[in-house]
Amino acid sequence: MQATATTQNMNALAGQRLSQRKFGDRAFRWFTLLMALSVFVLIVLIGVKLASGSQLALNKFGWHFLTGTKWDPVHENFGALPQIYGTLVSSLIAIVIAVPLSIATAVFLTELAPLWMRQPLTIFIELLAAVPSVILGLWGMYVLVPWLHDHFYPSLKGTFGYLAIFSGPISGNCMLSAGVILAIMIVPIITSVSREILRSVPGLQREAAYALGATRWEVTRLAVLSYAKRGLFGAVILGLGRALGETMAVLMVIGNTPQIKASILAPGTTLAGWSALQFTEADGALYLSSLFELGLVLLGVTVLVNALAQLMLKTFAGPGVKPQH
Amino acid sequence: MPPNEEAKRPAAPAKPAVAAAPALAPAVAPAAASTTAATAAPAIAVKGLSVFFGRHQVLKNVSLEARANAVTAIIGPSGCGKSTFLRSLNRMHELVPEARMEGEIKLFGQDIYNRAVEPVIVRRRVGMVFQKSNPFPTMSIAENVTVGLRLNGIRGRDVLAERMERALRMVALWDEVKDRLNAPAVSLSGGQQQRLCIARAIVVQPEVILMDEPASALDPIATAKVEELILDLKNSFTIIIVTHNMQQAARISDYTAFFYLGELIEFDRTSKMFTNPSRKQTEDYVTGRFG
Amino acid sequence: MDTAKHRWRKFENGLMQAITCGCALLVITPLLLIFYRLIQSGFGSLNWDFFTKLPAPPGEAGGGMANAIVGTLELLAIAAVIGVPIGVFGGVYLSEYGSSRLNRWIRFAADVLNGVPSIIWGMVVYALALSVSPAHAYSAWSGGLVLGMIMIPLIMRTAEEVLLLVPGGYREAAFALGISKWRTIVQIVMRTALKGIVTGVLLALARVAGETAPLLFTALGNQFWNHNLSDPILALPLQIFNCANSPYDDWKRQAWAGALVLLLMITAINVGVRVLTRDRMKQSNR
Repeated sequence: MQATATTQNMNALAGQRLSQRKFGDRAFRWFTLLMALSVFVLIVLIGVKLASGSQLALNKFGWHFLTGTKWDPVHENFGALPQIYGTLVSSLIAIVIAVPLSIATAVFLTELAPLWMRQPLTIFIELLAAVPSVILGLWGMYVLVPWLHDHFYPSLKGTFGYLAIFSGPISGNCMLSAGVILAIMIVPIITSVSREILRSVPGLQREAAYALGATRWEVTRLAVLSYAKRGLFGAVILGLGRALGETMAVLMVIGNTPQIKASILAPGTTLAGWSALQFTEADGALYLSSLFELGLVLLGVTVLVNALAQLMLKTFAGPGVKPQH
Repeated sequence: MPPNEEAKRPAAPAKPAVAAAPALAPAVAPAAASTTAATAAPAIAVKGLSVFFGRHQVLKNVSLEARANAVTAIIGPSGCGKSTFLRSLNRMHELVPEARMEGEIKLFGQDIYNRAVEPVIVRRRVGMVFQKSNPFPTMSIAENVTVGLRLNGIRGRDVLAERMERALRMVALWDEVKDRLNAPAVSLSGGQQQRLCIARAIVVQPEVILMDEPASALDPIATAKVEELILDLKNSFTIIIVTHNMQQAARISDYTAFFYLGELIEFDRTSKMFTNPSRKQTEDYVTGRFG
Repeated sequence: MDTAKHRWRKFENGLMQAITCGCALLVITPLLLIFYRLIQSGFGSLNWDFFTKLPAPPGEAGGGMANAIVGTLELLAIAAVIGVPIGVFGGVYLSEYGSSRLNRWIRFAADVLNGVPSIIWGMVVYALALSVSPAHAYSAWSGGLVLGMIMIPLIMRTAEEVLLLVPGGYREAAFALGISKWRTIVQIVMRTALKGIVTGVLLALARVAGETAPLLFTALGNQFWNHNLSDPILALPLQIFNCANSPYDDWKRQAWAGALVLLLMITAINVGVRVLTRDRMKQSNR
């Protein structure tokens, strides 16, 4: 008799705890799901806010926004072509400078460097990645640009002045300076992603080359670099995406003039830099809306480029490599 | 050519235990002859070889001599140091950061660990084929075969084509691929890829070819082809092959070395090793008592 | 063996090693130059005044960045409150629950968000603040919000990675003991991964501590103390930017000092995190 009573009690208790537990599990699961779904909320938020913010400008200018070259607050006529041009050109310069350096550094760190050098160098590169944009801009303004202006640009113009890209007067704050600063900023990310890519090349490939009597560099050339080509390209695109969206460091050294000039020694401006700078000046709904439209264009370009980069990295990477940002 | 199947009848002087051996060997064995009947300079002479990875000693004082133009098999259970031994013959173990070796290894009388000798040169004279075929995926079949030659500065298109054809014929791949030499190497089947890797190794005319379980990843038909190939190749090269398949060792090798826990237990003519081994451990292993 | 060819190969090998080494050293040079200049120009200005006084009126000497430093800390606190729970528990969902299809979309969305330029975040939160409370569009709340939003996808991916590293055996052992799933996750899985999660959070904080552009649209800046979180607030990167662009030498001097403080803070977090994870790295590197 007593036994059944105890068993009944235990069953009741167990049942109670079971439903409590089930509730706890369900509640927790819903909670974490909600947290995870926030990313979709954020994406929608960004899209909606930018779209509605640029509504006025979109309606007023239509496609002419992308082709107009004047930024005229007085007559409320805004065109974004100089900003688009500046964004593309400064990023391109950054890529041209950064890519050979980054890939060479990544090769050095994964294949050719003596072991004692690898860790310290890696740490330094990660620290460089962590330097805030505004500090790089500060240093760029007061150290790099004056040096470039006094020592490098004159000799550049002296030797290559006949080329269109070096024509015209030299300005310290110019596209080229912006390109250099951007290059310094994107080197760490291209290097670190490239390192992951190179590290994921199967050891068996390297051994095949070594067994043929290849030197260290030849092994790198034959077995590693050609195998990793697509992944390395993805790393470069990722760096490009980062360069396109950079704001502070660029606006502090580019001269902030909305113009399109062939010469990279002339000042210019970028989508991000111009928006940041003009924000406090925006004194009308249309003005503000135009800035939002600049943001919309920038968002579109960077999202596309980043998606392309992720695609390339994912199709290359084996199961062991995670795409980095 | 597969060895004599008829040797199933127990050999008269053999001990009863060995008669039940799954290993097949010619019943008529030469009277327990000594192994070092080699009169020519051995292709590889190893003396007192010990290999350490950090503090862990993987090979203990190994000495043996591999005869030229013969197939020497290295057998033993997993982890006994077979692969490490093989890799020390072309200095590939040096790719591991904490590797250290003691002892002497001579290639046709020349010390390959001499300070003046570069690993790059050793590896040109001692080629290697791996367990898993590893053709370069970004290169075509032709490019894979000739990569070793091009590394060494041989650029002439005719020379490359001629040597490539010769190597591909030797591995019995020429007829299968001659119409698609520019196809990616990875478009071949597993067995074909492995033969391609063998062609890649022999086209630079090494003196010795090391093979690390070359057929273990292949199906029986491909395996048979590779074994046939090895028996052909021994006329031109010296072959040292690591295998965990004892029947394979018995089929294709002239000499066999049995390793256990980093030590060389016994080294003798294959026929003797499998019918009348001198050491009990060897007998236990070849009769399948352990391993 | 063609010795001329061989000599060239040896030479080429050494040359490539030298060239790539040179590139690596060139790449880290800016870091060293920046640190050097920051210390050279900023260290002298790190006095008691700097850490305790408000910025002086334009043209006057002296003053400090006390409100900027405190402002940054306040913003980071708000950002952490928003970003950490959402990011961490979102990461929990990704690693412990979810169908692979939904999870793939979530990860994709997080990756997209991680690629959005920070200035865009600023614009979005400004628009949001404007529609919610136009009078207080610029406030500490919106500043903290934008930094928190930037942290969410960052922490989510890091947390997921770290949680996935916890061996499945731990979870199975807990289930076998009859522990409910949510307790298993919170008390066993998350606790095991705690170090990694903390590392991820610290790195995310270090990253947003240096952000300027989004704050231009939200926190705006404040020459005085912020007494109300619905008012504009100054942050260190903002003040560095203001000082750098000012024509006054005294302010320029302070820009260097502020930059030095900010960089030291961020570097300390990065180095500290590395020290924390060193034993974990040693285990997984072999």
